Formats: sequence, structure tokens, C-alpha cells
Amino acid sequence: MINRQIFMKRRPSVKYFFAAAGLALGLLAGSATVHAAEGHGGGLMPSGASVGDQASLQRGARLYFNYCVGCHSLKYMRYSRMANDLGLTKKEVMQNLNFTGAKFDGPVISSMPSALAARWFGKAPPDLSLEVSAKGADWLYTYLNTFYLDPHSPAGWNNLALPNAAMPFPLWELQGIQTAVMEPGRGHQVQKLMLSQPGQMTPAQYQQATRDLTSFLQYVSEPAALQRHRYGVWVLLFLALFTLLAYMLKKEYWKDVH
Amino acid sequence: MANVLSSIGGWVTERAPGLMPMYRKHMTEYYAPKNFNLWYYFGSLAVLVLVNQIVTGIFLTMNYNPSAAGAFDSVQYIMRDVQWGWLIRYMHSTGASLFFVVVFLHMFRGIMYGSYKKPRELVWLLGMLIFLVLMAEAFMGYVLPWGNMSFWGAKVIISLFGTIPVIGSHLVDWIMGDFLPGDATLNRFFALHVIALPLVLLLLVVLHLAALHEVGSNNPDGVEIKKGPTGNRWSALAPADGIPFHPYYTVKDLFGVGFFLLVAAFIIFFAPTVGGWFLEHDNSIRANNLVTPSEIKPVWYFTSFYGIVRVMPAFLGTAVWGVLTMFGAIAVLFLFPWIDRGKVKSIRYRGTGFKVGLGVFVFAFIGLGSLGAGVTDKVFPQWFGDIDLAAWDNNFGRLMVVLYFGFFVFLWAYTHFGWEKTKPVPDRVTMHD
Repeated sequence: MINRQIFMKRRPSVKYFFAAAGLALGLLAGSATVHAAEGHGGGLMPSGASVGDQASLQRGARLYFNYCVGCHSLKYMRYSRMANDLGLTKKEVMQNLNFTGAKFDGPVISSMPSALAARWFGKAPPDLSLEVSAKGADWLYTYLNTFYLDPHSPAGWNNLALPNAAMPFPLWELQGIQTAVMEPGRGHQVQKLMLSQPGQMTPAQYQQATRDLTSFLQYVSEPAALQRHRYGVWVLLFLALFTLLAYMLKKEYWKDVH
Repeated sequence: MANVLSSIGGWVTERAPGLMPMYRKHMTEYYAPKNFNLWYYFGSLAVLVLVNQIVTGIFLTMNYNPSAAGAFDSVQYIMRDVQWGWLIRYMHSTGASLFFVVVFLHMFRGIMYGSYKKPRELVWLLGMLIFLVLMAEAFMGYVLPWGNMSFWGAKVIISLFGTIPVIGSHLVDWIMGDFLPGDATLNRFFALHVIALPLVLLLLVVLHLAALHEVGSNNPDGVEIKKGPTGNRWSALAPADGIPFHPYYTVKDLFGVGFFLLVAAFIIFFAPTVGGWFLEHDNSIRANNLVTPSEIKPVWYFTSFYGIVRVMPAFLGTAVWGVLTMFGAIAVLFLFPWIDRGKVKSIRYRGTGFKVGLGVFVFAFIGLGSLGAGVTDKVFPQWFGDIDLAAWDNNFGRLMVVLYFGFFVFLWAYTHFGWEKTKPVPDRVTMHD
């Protein structure tokens, strides 16, 4: 005779599994919070970058091609792809963004010879096609916002996100000039940055501009993100319907299994 | 139409008389216990992911360039210029991680319900071989994009063999075909990843299923349906508590597939890197033997085993112990059927000691994983403040290693000396819903 009592006990194994899984998630969540706060010499600023805002991407592209492309190539990015994804015409791109006479279907290559650049700056300016994938949007945003005047550095500039950065700050006309306020009594620790000479933009405008630039480079790191987001919703809706139908089919077949 | 189909079917059957009996043996007349629960989805899901990896892998191979000079660029070519290349690559990279998710859960199911016990030892052994080959397959696949983490991961993992006394350093050169991971390494890993190991994997999966169908599936009650009463609606000889795999479990698994694909599609379309856990940030930087990533760590599914290597001390003048312990951690899993001598299969009717022990084992596995992934390096200072991190990591990790192996020692003693107080096992399977 089967003892009914035994069967009323709900699977203990499931409980154990969830307890262990909960513990694991706790550890992971712990790591996630630290990940956000970790940085290269300090906390990272939240960038708020997003590839979903086309106007922001266009403004970011304009900044990039005015201030960055002189030294930094985007060798995996084609002008034509960019025009298509950013809602720009061929004419707009070729007149306003392409200063090197490159082909419309060709990649974005800086006109600076890298061997010479390495001599000038001590290090050839890196290609930025995958910069956001490699370092994260928040890192880039923090980097663009934490340049400060440093008379001890060869370039005259230093940076909180990348100490002893080789690059002189190219956006100083926009942001103005920041100087470091040192922590009292703690040697050479930077406590905070102070805007000692205002630039063409207010701090809020500059933050928006660097957010645009970060969004643009996030797009360049992975142009497919636009397609992912566009198709993803439909795929999930289809699969939800499929799963529902499969569930009903299962219920129907299993009616007579007791 | 129906006539044409059935006449084609008849034509084939006449010339291949073994086909239909085989189909019946493995599908319509394979009687599986009717009380499978949620844990029983992961076997069929593993097959689904295997097929996904093979199909997407074929298309990736068409556009990938297996050379140190071209590999990294060709991955970006796939991501940007190949039509739907990004989708194919994300299906492959997400599939790799989800493969381990379903395989880990599938193995845990087997441990919970004693599916490795007599008469299913062979099923377990073949499954463990699959796990072993899968790890080799995943490691070599991880090297192919030739990012900086691919390079340094390969260097660190291959260097583990260098700890073997006398032959170690020659072995490392032999595996890499160079003094650093390079063209030769990438080419042989490509060959092994796309043809040699998949062939072995497929063969083992066929044998795993064949061995299973020979003895029949276990179930959450750990009751042998073949030893129970016979006779059901389909056959007078079949077990009363068995139902035909097709259509019952095929439609049920179809639902499981739908749900699984929902999760997979969410990752593929909205978070393919999973915050650096499925695709690591440092792999967006081309392999560079002059620049070491700030933190070298394997992908999450290797971190438990990597954690063991990290904490094992060197003594008697060699660091081989970490590697031996790591391989021991996998080898001991093979021995499950012989270490666990308990007669009761399912955790539902097993003693409290087994349940607590299994919980400790899972905790140790996850603890070692957190250590190997560098999670403890971040949370320990956060939780405990100003501490000697290296010592904490080592002590924590070694404790986890002791718990991991301690579970097996305990399990053997617990079952060998008859300390386990089991509950009465029912005569027939039970349905909970």
C-alpha cells in the first residue's frame, strides 16, 4: 500500500537548489554593484549613453569628426553604413563628415600617419572602433569629463580615468579648463576637479555633448545593436505565442495521463 | 498527396526494413516514466543547443579566417558586413554559455535523483565523457576570436601543463606548436574545434542516448518502472507507469524548447555580452602578447575549476598539485556511481545527511566559481573592510576545495557504513500535478 503521507512532501531538492541559486545570485549581485563602482583610480560616472536616440548619435558623430578623427580611425566603420544607420544622406556624410576624400563605402581612416604620431605622442593614437566594447560607455564618459591641467605631465594634461594619459585634451575649448584640488595631507590624491576657466559650453551642455559622443562610439562598437533592438521585440513576441501554443498542445495531449 | 507520401514511405521501408522498428524503439514505443518534472527538460535542451552550435558554427566557419593575422578582423567582418552575421555569432556565443547552463542542471538532476546508480552507470560515464569533451571544445572555441583574453586565457590554461615535472615545458611547446600562442596554436585549435571534437561529441551523444534507452529513464521518485506492474493503453507488455516518448514527451519538450528560446532570444537580442559574463570586455581588444589584461580569468563555466588551481599551494618544489586537484575534481565526478553506495535513488526518500551534503557541495562549487571569476576579490573587501585579500581568498578557496572533496568522502562513509536513514520508497511513481 502506498503511503500518502510521503507524497504530500513537496520536492525538497527544489528548495535546496533555490537556496544555492539564491546564494550564487547574491554573490553575482555583489559583484555587479562593485563592477559599477570599480574604476581606474576612482568611481565611474554613469554615462546615460544610448544608441536608441538618432539625433544624439548624429550630434555625437559631428563631434567625433570635428575633434577626434584627425588622430583616431574607426577602421571597422564604413561611411555608408554610418549614413544609413544615422539617417544621413550620402551628400551630408561626404560633405560634412568625410574630410579625407575616402570612398563612401570605405572605412573611416584617420589621415594621420601612425608612425609619425607615435613619435609625436609617444604612442600612436589607438583605433576607437571597439573602444566602448572594450572599456565600457561609463569609462569613456568619465574619461572625457575628467581631464585636468597638470604641469607635471608631458602633455600638460592629466586624467582621472586614465592617469598619465598621453593625449592632450582636445575638447578643452568646449569644457573649459579643470584643475585638481588635492586631498589635504594625503600626498598626491586628487579630491575633486574644479572648473577654473569656463569653456564655450556650460557644464550641462558639455555633459550632454560627451554623452552624445559616447553614444556614437557605443554605436560604432556594435552597429548591429540597432538591428538587435529592432528585431528583438518581434522575435520575443513570436516565441511567446509559440510557447503558449506548445503549452496548450501539451495540455491537450496530457489530458489522459494521470 | 497523402497517397504519394505513403507510397514513398512504403518504398523506403521495403528497402530499409530496420528503419521503422528503430523509430518505434526510440520514439513511439520508448516508454518513459510519466512523472518527469521540470528537471527533465534539460536533456532535450542540451540536444537543441548542440544542434544550434553545429548549424551556426558551419555558417561562422564560412566567414571566419583562422590565422593570427586575420582572425580578429574576420570576427568584426562577421559582426558588421556579413548578412545576419551578428545574429549567427551571438547565437553561437550565447549557445556556448547556455550549453553549460543546461548541462550543469542536467548533471545536478542526475545527482539529485540518483540517475547514475545501477543499472545506469554507463549512461553516467558516457555523460561525463561528453562533459569533458565539451569543456575542451569550449576552451578551443574561446581562443578562436583571437582577442586579448583569448590569447592570455590560452597562454594561462596551456601553461598549466607546464607544472608537470620533467616533461612540462616540452609539453607546453608541443601543444602550442610555438613558444607563445600563435598561428600554429590557432590553426590546430580551429581544426579541433570545428571537426575533431564535434565528431567525438556527436558519437558520445548517440552512445549516451543508446545506453539510456537500453535501461530506460530514471524519474524523480527513483522507482524502476520496469520492475512495476505491466500493461498500459498502448501495450500489454510495457510498464504501467510508462508513456510513449512520442508524442507525450515530444510535445512536452516542445513547450520547454519554447520557454528556453524565449530566455535565449532575450539574451541574444538585448544583452548578448551579459555584462561581460558571456563575452568578456577584454576580448574586444586584439590579442597582444605585450599587454596583459588587468585580470585574466576564464569564462564563467570554467571558473569553479580555475578557482581550485588558484588556491592550491605549491609544495615539494612543484606547483603541479593545483592542476592535479583540478583534474581530480572532474575525475571524482566519474566515480559517483561507486562512491554513493546508497540503495535509495531519489533525494525525496534519502536521508538528511545526503540533502545537507549536496547543498554543501553546490555551495562549494559556486564558491569556487566566485573565486575563479574574481568575484570574491571584489565582494570580500566590500563585506569585511580592510583585509589581507590574498590570504582571505586562499583560505576561503581551500575551505571550498575541502568541502568539495569532503562531500564525496562523507557520501561514501555515509552510505557504506549504513548511517543513512532513508524514507520508505513507494512501489509506483507518483504524480504531483
